[in-house]
Amino acid sequence: MYKQQKLELDRLQDNVSTGRMSRREFLSRLSAMGLGAMAPALYSQSSFAAPQKGGRLRVGIGHGSTTDMLDPATYENGYMLFYNMAQNNHMFETNDKGKLVPELVESYDVDDSAKTWIFNLRKGVEFHNGKSLDSDDVIASFQHHRGETKSPVKGLLEQITSIRKDGKHQVIFELNAGNADFPYIAGDYHIAILPSKDGKIAANDGIGTGPYMGKDFDPGVRSLLTRNPNYWKEGHGHFDEMEFLSIIDPMARTNALTTGEVDLIDRVETKTAHLLGRKPGIILDETTGYAHYTFPMLLDVPPFDDNNVRLALKWALPRQEMVEKVLYGHGAIGNDIPISTVNTYHNSELEQHQYDPDKAKFYANKAGGVKVPLHVAEAGFPGSVDAAVLYQEKAAAIGIEIDVIREPNDGYWSNVWIKKPWCACYWGGRPTEDWMFTITHASGGSWNDTHFSNERFDDLLVTARAETDTNKRREMYYEMQAIVHGEGGTVVPMFNNYLFARSDKVQHGTMAGNWDVDGYKMERWWFA
Amino acid sequence: MFNLVKVVAQRIALGLLTLFIVSIFIAFVVELLPGDITQAILGQSATPETVAAFRAELGIDRPAPERYFEWLKGMLTGDMGKSLANKREISELVGRRLSNTLFLGGFAAAIAVPLSLILGVLAALYRNSWFDRSVNSFTLTSISFPEFFVAYILILFLSVKAGWFPGISNISKDLPLGDRLFRSLLPAATLTLVVVAHMMRMTRAAIINLLSSPYIEMAQLKGVRPIRVILYHALPNAWGPVVNVIALNLAYLVVGVVVVEVVFVYPGLGQLLVDSVSKRDVPVVQACSMIFAGVYILLNLFADIISVVTNPRLLHPR
Repeated sequence: MYKQQKLELDRLQDNVSTGRMSRREFLSRLSAMGLGAMAPALYSQSSFAAPQKGGRLRVGIGHGSTTDMLDPATYENGYMLFYNMAQNNHMFETNDKGKLVPELVESYDVDDSAKTWIFNLRKGVEFHNGKSLDSDDVIASFQHHRGETKSPVKGLLEQITSIRKDGKHQVIFELNAGNADFPYIAGDYHIAILPSKDGKIAANDGIGTGPYMGKDFDPGVRSLLTRNPNYWKEGHGHFDEMEFLSIIDPMARTNALTTGEVDLIDRVETKTAHLLGRKPGIILDETTGYAHYTFPMLLDVPPFDDNNVRLALKWALPRQEMVEKVLYGHGAIGNDIPISTVNTYHNSELEQHQYDPDKAKFYANKAGGVKVPLHVAEAGFPGSVDAAVLYQEKAAAIGIEIDVIREPNDGYWSNVWIKKPWCACYWGGRPTEDWMFTITHASGGSWNDTHFSNERFDDLLVTARAETDTNKRREMYYEMQAIVHGEGGTVVPMFNNYLFARSDKVQHGTMAGNWDVDGYKMERWWFA
Repeated sequence: MFNLVKVVAQRIALGLLTLFIVSIFIAFVVELLPGDITQAILGQSATPETVAAFRAELGIDRPAPERYFEWLKGMLTGDMGKSLANKREISELVGRRLSNTLFLGGFAAAIAVPLSLILGVLAALYRNSWFDRSVNSFTLTSISFPEFFVAYILILFLSVKAGWFPGISNISKDLPLGDRLFRSLLPAATLTLVVVAHMMRMTRAAIINLLSSPYIEMAQLKGVRPIRVILYHALPNAWGPVVNVIALNLAYLVVGVVVVEVVFVYPGLGQLLVDSVSKRDVPVVQACSMIFAGVYILLNLFADIISVVTNPRLLHPR
């Protein structure tokens, strides 16, 4: 098929799968393109069976704790993300093709310096309690995460100098410096838009604008939500009800799916994924996103302050083997930069670090021998202990000594991460290079788990943020990635795919990879 | 009778003292754990600013003894306080979980205790026979397996393969009793398999021990039927040790079932306690510990009373 035809076909299939085009139209268009004979096959491939309404979706989630709250400033596990995407909307969202699109924003404008952003809100959107959405609600929802707050996005929002409204449906943001990616920030999952009164949002009331209304919330156990009959977004929200169960034990979660107690589970264990996928009536889904695992080294602690040691360790890492043995093939190798191949400005020109005994030995000799500790626990990332042992074995074959120390899961994030000189960590990743680099590599960042500090890098970071010309941006991000690749302290062995499984009665269209389970947007799914 | 009342009163007083000591001990131990609730809740999102803000909000930047006394004051007036993690009233939070745990424990006990007593009596009756040996080996095997293993086996055969029972116990508060019993059957069965051995063997041993006494020999010489000898002559004297073991196991059914709760996703007190410890939610941990300690103390007291009633000699220790 010619490229033009392929693009046109994609567009037609997209129209069919979202219900915008009927079968008759589809067939006639295809015949005009000369693909009439393939039409029936192409139609059924793209139709995904038109979404039907009804049913109660029961989800078995591998997260959730009795300490969870409805307050968006506390969302930090997958269970609350499911709930968040069901009850709430945000300024922007990631659609099923993985693109950031406006959600509660209808249209927006930005000045040339990328410092002033004008968001026009959608009209006619109502909260579950009937209140109409207006600029005050948006401002209050943002203010909830600024100033005196324990919200994890407080640092992220420090770039905002002022938020003001212009009428009931326009909100204007002023930033302290240009940021071409501000819509991504404004659409962060924490910043759910909730109803406000006197400038404060009702954070724990469970009222949002989303496709589902909370009926029962028993944190760490079970929640029940019913469909919002008044939902403004056409064609989304098909289930009548959704029930979220917190099932931490992976065995119990798998059993719940195979015995029909639940219809969908997340966090399928890589070890048993193939067995689960083989069961009749169960379908295994996989999406690739920005999520990755890392082994961060503290750059101000010897011997990790010597770049030869760092490079020796990077070349002594058996990446492909790790993907096969730890991820069971459900992922891709990393190249020691926290930017995924799915990110816009991923630098694919960088030399791929591989398991290369010669290069590793060369750098190890320059460093005068390498003998280092590696602190790991399952809490760091699932399978990190196995990965560390594999790393140790392969490095030992080259003469590099890695001492694997197993730490307890409890308190890992307080006592091991950014405290011990070399440990394991996981990241959900971020959709933009700027965001990911700001969190992990900007000097002085609180999640800068390698204490990385490079003047040139910091300069480029700020310049690239405001740059609206994509080519110039690309050059800058390429250079930044090269710096991290060559001198950084993060070893990124692999990017993990999201693995989840459903009963074959549950259907979905194309999926986003920004977070687990299609970005947690259950409003896009339905029962066959 | 007066002596009995005195003993009970003494026991209750000692029990309260024990609760007090347990509370201090628990508070001390949780304080020793690294990290605190702010870091535990915020997880990877814990930056120094957010941690400090959160600490001040919860009031845990005050010294430990001050917080302990405030909690103690609250407890004495019946106010269990609020969970640090989500500001809910602990009494409401714990209340629901406690009723679930008591339901499961009661269900398991209702099956396990009569079963153990019957099996123990029968094993004593047919001692050293094929029946006795097989019952013993079966129960000893089931108690030797870890609970999660027994749970997985039951789930595999009765749920996944046969499909008779649900694989997880999805209990919600407005479930009718019948549904509740059905969904709790597998966890209750697991717990039964785990506790039967101890009670059954103790019953058997206590009865067999008594069978060598002279008055039993007299009954046998009189021509009383063996089953009657055991039930009417031996068993009443065997209650002492048996009821102690039953109390211990009943306490375990309330306090030690967190593994079963996790495997079956049963919303009980054990899971709440584990979550609260890992989140360092000190008031909830203390409330749960008080409840668990209280359960042990009450059940022990109950066992002691029964022992004394069936064996009045215990009232006057020499």
